Amino acid sequence: MLTAVLAISILALIFGLLLGYAAVRFKVEGDPIVDKVDALLPQTQCGQCGFPGCRPYAEAIAADEAEINLCPPGGETTMIALSDLLGKDPVPLEGVAAEEKPVAYAFIDEQECIGCTLCIQACPVDAILGAAKQMHTVIKSECTGCELCLPPCPVECIHMIPEKSDINSWKWSIPTEGELGEPTATKAAG
Amino acid sequence: MKEYALILISTVLVNNFVLVKFLGLCPFMGVSRKLETAVGMGLATTFVLTLSSVCSFLINEYLLIPLDLTFLRTIAFILVIAVVVQFTEVVLHKTSPVLYQVLGIFLPLITTNCAVLGVALLNVQEQHGFVESALYGFGAASGFSLVLVLFAAVRERVTVSDVPEPFQGNAIALITAGLMSMAFMGFAGLVAS
Repeated sequence: MLTAVLAISILALIFGLLLGYAAVRFKVEGDPIVDKVDALLPQTQCGQCGFPGCRPYAEAIAADEAEINLCPPGGETTMIALSDLLGKDPVPLEGVAAEEKPVAYAFIDEQECIGCTLCIQACPVDAILGAAKQMHTVIKSECTGCELCLPPCPVECIHMIPEKSDINSWKWSIPTEGELGEPTATKAAG
Repeated sequence: MKEYALILISTVLVNNFVLVKFLGLCPFMGVSRKLETAVGMGLATTFVLTLSSVCSFLINEYLLIPLDLTFLRTIAFILVIAVVVQFTEVVLHKTSPVLYQVLGIFLPLITTNCAVLGVALLNVQEQHGFVESALYGFGAASGFSLVLVLFAAVRERVTVSDVPEPFQGNAIALITAGLMSMAFMGFAGLVAS
């Protein structure tokens, strides 16, 4: 009995040491540039860049297979940070990322919501609260405005509400050609 | 020499582990959807099976029998197999990233392949020596790879053909496997004659 316990324990110990040694001896260094790029991305995993998440997009950037201007949630700030890190020239945002949108968050019209949970599954940041056959709602502080919950909704009860500017978030609007003034925030709210 | 050749032929064809002994059916059904993955799985299994067959022989011969602990055989073999698979994965990741990418998730999955444990236990049961154990493991794995690749090729063609609705998907796959098994039964008289 004792020999059995001892034999198995010692065998397991030897194997454990062997594996531990192998893990150190054959350690594979991950590509450090991927980690750095990944750290700059917003981690919303929204997939709007065309890759299935932030990490794959970071790998594609590191492998020079993708441009640095494809991230809509990150916007211009992320693009400039990436161009600094990689020593590339900043490129203007393209496609979905280029459309300048006011900061918005999703809002579920609770009168229309049928409680199907489809939007909960779509939300990359778990900002939607609810259960089957129960009314859902969006936690505004968690919402990144990625709009991924809009397409799955069968009754189209989710709307993007632009964030109203208050004393903390108010900015000078960028003067456009021909007309000056008229802050974008009020335009969006109206 | 003749008996070594016999061991190989008998494990690959006559006593094929998948189609005659019905071991390792899970990866046989699971990874046979595409030919590429089937080849990858076959390679990984061949490597691990041969290595674990030898290792478990050594453990049995030089640890369990001298200490009179043969009742611990199963658990000791499971331990050996798990370690061999893990070790292979770590070493492969470092030395051959390309092969590691090809094998992917299938490598750790081999731990739970019952053919691996089956080979180790059958080695003991049939009182194989060192070389015989290695050959038996290699032969079993070659047979496994052979039928896996054949089955994957058949399945790739079946998916594009016009299968009646009740038989679509896994049903037709199981029927195909049954037919292949019956075909392999035809090898049964090969060695005796």
